Amino acid sequence: MKMKKDLRGQTSNFLQNNLVPIMFIAICIVCYPLAGFSPSYLINEIVTRMGRNIFLILSLLIPIMAGMGLNFGMTLGAMAGQIALIFVTDWQIWGIPGVVLAMLLSIPLSALMGLMCGKLMNMVKGREMILGYMMNYFVGGLYQLVVLYMMGPIIPIKHASIRLPRGYGLRTTVNLTNLRQCLDNQFAIRVQGVKIPVLTFIIIGALCLFILWFRRTKLGQDMRAVGQDMEVARAAGIKVERTRIIAIIMSTVFAGFGQIIYLQNIGNFPTCTAHTQIGMFCIAALLVGGASVEKASIGNVFLGVILFHTMFIMAPRAGAAITGNAMIGEYFRVFVSYGVITLALIMYETKKRRARSQGGALLALAQKEGGVQS
Amino acid sequence: MRGIKKDFFGNQVLTDINFTLEAGQVLGLCGENGAGKSTLMKILFGMDVIRETGGYSGDILINGEKAAFNTPFDALAAGIGMVHQEFSLIPGFTATENILLNREPQKKNVISEVFGDRLNTLDYKEMDRRAAAAIEKMGVEIDAKMIISSMPVGHKQFTEIARELSKDQLKLLILDEPTAVLTEKEAEALLDSIRGMAAQGISVIFITHRLHEILAVCDKVVVMRDGHVVRDVPAGQTSVDDITRWMVGRDVQSTAASIETKAEAADAKIIMSIKNLWVDMPGETVRDVSLDVREGEILGIGGLAGQGKLGIPNGVMGLYEAGGTVVFDGREIPLNSPRKCLDSSLAFVSEDRREVGLLLDESLEWNVAFPAMQIQDKFLKKLLGGLIKWRDERAIHQVTQKYVDQLQIKCTSTTQKARELSGGNQQKICLAKAFALEPKFLFVSEPTRGIDVGAKALVLDALRQFNRESGVTVVMISSELEELRQTCDRIAIVSGGRVAGIRPAADSSESFGALMVSQVV
Repeated sequence: MKMKKDLRGQTSNFLQNNLVPIMFIAICIVCYPLAGFSPSYLINEIVTRMGRNIFLILSLLIPIMAGMGLNFGMTLGAMAGQIALIFVTDWQIWGIPGVVLAMLLSIPLSALMGLMCGKLMNMVKGREMILGYMMNYFVGGLYQLVVLYMMGPIIPIKHASIRLPRGYGLRTTVNLTNLRQCLDNQFAIRVQGVKIPVLTFIIIGALCLFILWFRRTKLGQDMRAVGQDMEVARAAGIKVERTRIIAIIMSTVFAGFGQIIYLQNIGNFPTCTAHTQIGMFCIAALLVGGASVEKASIGNVFLGVILFHTMFIMAPRAGAAITGNAMIGEYFRVFVSYGVITLALIMYETKKRRARSQGGALLALAQKEGGVQS
Repeated sequence: MRGIKKDFFGNQVLTDINFTLEAGQVLGLCGENGAGKSTLMKILFGMDVIRETGGYSGDILINGEKAAFNTPFDALAAGIGMVHQEFSLIPGFTATENILLNREPQKKNVISEVFGDRLNTLDYKEMDRRAAAAIEKMGVEIDAKMIISSMPVGHKQFTEIARELSKDQLKLLILDEPTAVLTEKEAEALLDSIRGMAAQGISVIFITHRLHEILAVCDKVVVMRDGHVVRDVPAGQTSVDDITRWMVGRDVQSTAASIETKAEAADAKIIMSIKNLWVDMPGETVRDVSLDVREGEILGIGGLAGQGKLGIPNGVMGLYEAGGTVVFDGREIPLNSPRKCLDSSLAFVSEDRREVGLLLDESLEWNVAFPAMQIQDKFLKKLLGGLIKWRDERAIHQVTQKYVDQLQIKCTSTTQKARELSGGNQQKICLAKAFALEPKFLFVSEPTRGIDVGAKALVLDALRQFNRESGVTVVMISSELEELRQTCDRIAIVSGGRVAGIRPAADSSESFGALMVSQVV
């Protein structure tokens, strides 16, 4: 009897902890026959999107480890990556050298943005997420100012393919045709019609290994300590503020790399708006993979990308099949991403509250048992 | 380690403390709450609070040399380790990781050569070895691989001690009520390990309310009271009774007990009956408390800090999660619902006046009238048949002025902001706020905490007057026994989250002292 109860308790616990992934698996299963894609097409799409997005999402892991929640500020890194790509395009350096150069260029920019973001986040401990989110809008405005007015007269941009004929500002789209999929096509192999971008996956694998290794370093250990209890960490002599800033800088730099990988896969980007949705979709994907505000693993990243993008691919077609209107699916996937983030934030709070009320329940129980004895 | 002497700034919290401690000795430090034990240890440990509040005078001599610690890290470097009452552990780490927090042995690698030492990898084998060594030194078995959050409380405490022991330079270990959270068996193990440490030449300062433990393990006993060392004797020459007397001490006979104890109180009607109350208030857990309060009396609730006396009013008033039954005036009051309590004309003056008690940035008038307005629709003019309620500024002003006069609140005007008043006057505003509700029953929690002697007397007088003249039942919670004895009719002593006993206020201080330490957990 007791075992049965235990089992039920465990199951309900498992359900509560993995509510979001389970929901998504259900959605995918329902959508699959409706969308009517062939398996090979679907797998091909998913593999492409994995190569495109995983690096970006991995950049979110380190701030979560340091207790700073979901780093909405990763968008700043994405902007730095875009600026680096603009320069590389202007200089007409193509292929893998272009990608590598863009990554190198993005590092100082991202680090600076990360430093700023980290310093501000240290001033609003506990509300890092909303700060990061607002920073997006603020820095997004600065980015547009730089791209639309300062590029040309102040920052030298020469090439006619990106600069507007009037002499300042960039064209609405930056074309990366000559960079397009240069990483993905290197060593690419085809398995039963599915193209596997080997080099991109090698880079992603390297980052995964780095993150695993990083957890075992002194800095990683400090970050975990800071993430769990800032005051205790401080009392032990760990420089809390510095550690948190480093976490954000690392995340921002990786996000910059991630954005470059992402854009080289797509092959062009809208100059002013390419970064706007990135943060939200990455965070939604991570949460779909079963991560929470305080806990996320590499496994969550992979599961999240697969589930979220399967939904992404199938939702418009499934929507079209049901309602005869592809827009419904498009609409569906946007509101689902917001919904997932909201749900994850709420669940994080309720879980904390549940843990708190458990203390009371234990007391009541102890008293009841004590009462029986006496 | 010799000649520790200090006195303390401003209002004298510590006066002329002298004692010595030799290597390998165990010193038991005891005294009531507020006797100055914690302040003394904070000075010794170089805590920031001391420096921020103006430092201290006097000298600490370690091995004959004068030591001045500006931060706890200086103290650590000098070989002083402290285990605080609150745990200072990372919940998601294993015992090993916590023991070696920020002192992890590291291995260099290629990347750290370039980017600096913080990218060294941790040497997990060496960590295990050192943690095991520290645990062995302590002499109590704990699982080094266990995550802290899944450990029983006692093991957390041992992890803290092991962490201090893992520091090679450790010469003096301060244990601040380490047995408070331990079961009897664990406490015994701890005492054994203290003896073991002393044998290895580590000096220990052991602060506890469990007096028999002091006698069991210490070489000498220092008893503090009101910032003085009242006794400094070898443990062999004293007994629990002696220590208790010294602790509560003051001239036991001469203090007049309650000025006029109500004789008829004994057969008065019971206005509130608390049954099997538990309260989950962090640090002030209440377990299975049953208590009857008679109409029109002042009941005192006393006890040592952290034993649960504050949990009782906070639980009944619904500020912390609680369970059990509370019957007030013949009706059961739902717990966990502050509004329901206030509606049944209970009022509460919280011990946390800045956070819970006051709207710091609002005027005194607002502070006094706000709850009465909110709960009883007082001070409101009704317009359009009650559709719109308008604040009655004049009534608010009048009532505030009345209490300002009555309680002698020092302020520039009734529209001054509450933040600008001194602690004592803020406390009076809190009382005025509760009085304005005109409750039938009033909880007053630590009404004299952090206020000076003059204000103290006024606050206590006001409470007594309120009780005698308006017939309001008052339950007053205070850590200061003397204050309770002067004000209350009966005093309940809470110990270990339970009511240890209820005595008339005229009883001797010793008997209360004995109750206080009777069930300390």
